[in-house]
Amino acid sequence: MNITLWGTRGSLPSAGPDTVRYGGNTSCVEVRSEDGTLVVLDAGTGIRRLNATVEPELKRVYILLTHLHMDHIQGFGFFGPLFRPDLEVHVFGPPSTTHDLRTRLTKYLSPPLFPVRLRDLPARLALHDVPLGGFEVDGLHVDCNLVTHPGPTVGYRLTERGRTLVYIPDHEPALGASHVPRSPQWTSGYDLAVGSDLLIHDSQYTMAEYAERAGWGHSAMQHAAAVAAMAGVKRLVTFHHDPTHSDDLLDNLVEELRGTSRLPFELTPGQEGMAFHLS
Amino acid sequence: MPQRDIEIILMRQLASYLIVPIFVVDTEGVMLFYNEPAEALLGRQFDEAGEMPMREWTTIFQPRDENNAPLPPDGLPLVIALRRRVPAQRRIRITGLDGVARHLEIVAFPLQGQGNRMLGAAAMFWEVDSKQ
Ligand SMILES: [Zn+2]
Ligand SMILES: [Zn+2]
Repeated sequence: MNITLWGTRGSLPSAGPDTVRYGGNTSCVEVRSEDGTLVVLDAGTGIRRLNATVEPELKRVYILLTHLHMDHIQGFGFFGPLFRPDLEVHVFGPPSTTHDLRTRLTKYLSPPLFPVRLRDLPARLALHDVPLGGFEVDGLHVDCNLVTHPGPTVGYRLTERGRTLVYIPDHEPALGASHVPRSPQWTSGYDLAVGSDLLIHDSQYTMAEYAERAGWGHSAMQHAAAVAAMAGVKRLVTFHHDPTHSDDLLDNLVEELRGTSRLPFELTPGQEGMAFHLS
Repeated sequence: MPQRDIEIILMRQLASYLIVPIFVVDTEGVMLFYNEPAEALLGRQFDEAGEMPMREWTTIFQPRDENNAPLPPDGLPLVIALRRRVPAQRRIRITGLDGVARHLEIVAFPLQGQGNRMLGAAAMFWEVDSKQ
């Protein structure tokens, strides 16, 4: 499995001189199975850079949306393959008790917010409520579960040949907990993350910021580290960086975390363009 | 032990913030959690009691009806909410594990998630003045 981070920023695209290394594009991760199957995790503004890697021979693409907050779908209409009539695009998103995925996506993908309607996109588009539990996309096994975040939101666990990537970009495991993590049974995201090789996890805040923003749906970097440690992951990639966090601040936060405790996993600050290989 | 469903985790988190006594059970009726305000009425701290199977919590508090007759499990609002998947309400009498008899008003409701997943049930309860 090959994994590339095309957008690592949370909440709002944040281009500028202070965000050059970590990147300003919002959530989008490219996953390629060994046989070349393309799975796109979230359709934030990072998806535009992914366009260049989509080969003309490709027949099918899977887009797995964690939820429909704007930073995770803003790039959707700019995904080149949607304009190729020969391409099958399967979009999975969290189930809702009210409207189906098409209705919810159309709120953004229709005038006046966007000039092209979902139904007018040339690609053969199939929209699916993601099954909570496991399913297969070509060679990859995908597990999916709800996590703590405002509105129905899921995390994904992708497995190929026993190697596992877990993607939980928006997640507040600390909500209402006096300390994090409490225990595996009572920790949101534990089942998804347990024993994974690579965990891409919400690390939006500093602890001081979290104290001011409890309930907003995100983690401090320390919360991500606590979940990763409890779940026994091999590598944690920080993700969904706050728009106000500069490259220098993010470097400092990572160093601070490395300095305060002996981490039982490899800590990698998630930067746009970074690639990982799991085999 | 696997992680609990997110809705159950959130229910516990919400309960831990509220001053209304709350009691949460899973689909099998196993008591998973009660909050601090509930501890005062049930007469034992949750950390001491731990999880408790349904046959235990439906009897250990010696539930009785309005006429002081023993109340079988099927008459308890929480058991009704769990088995019939409907809200249920009733006044009952219990004896807390501290030996104190109490008169409670109970409102129980099923916890059902998206896709009709049955997750368990929760009860909120209040001590009522016996003169009421
Ligand atoms: Zn987000
Ligand atoms: Zn979000």
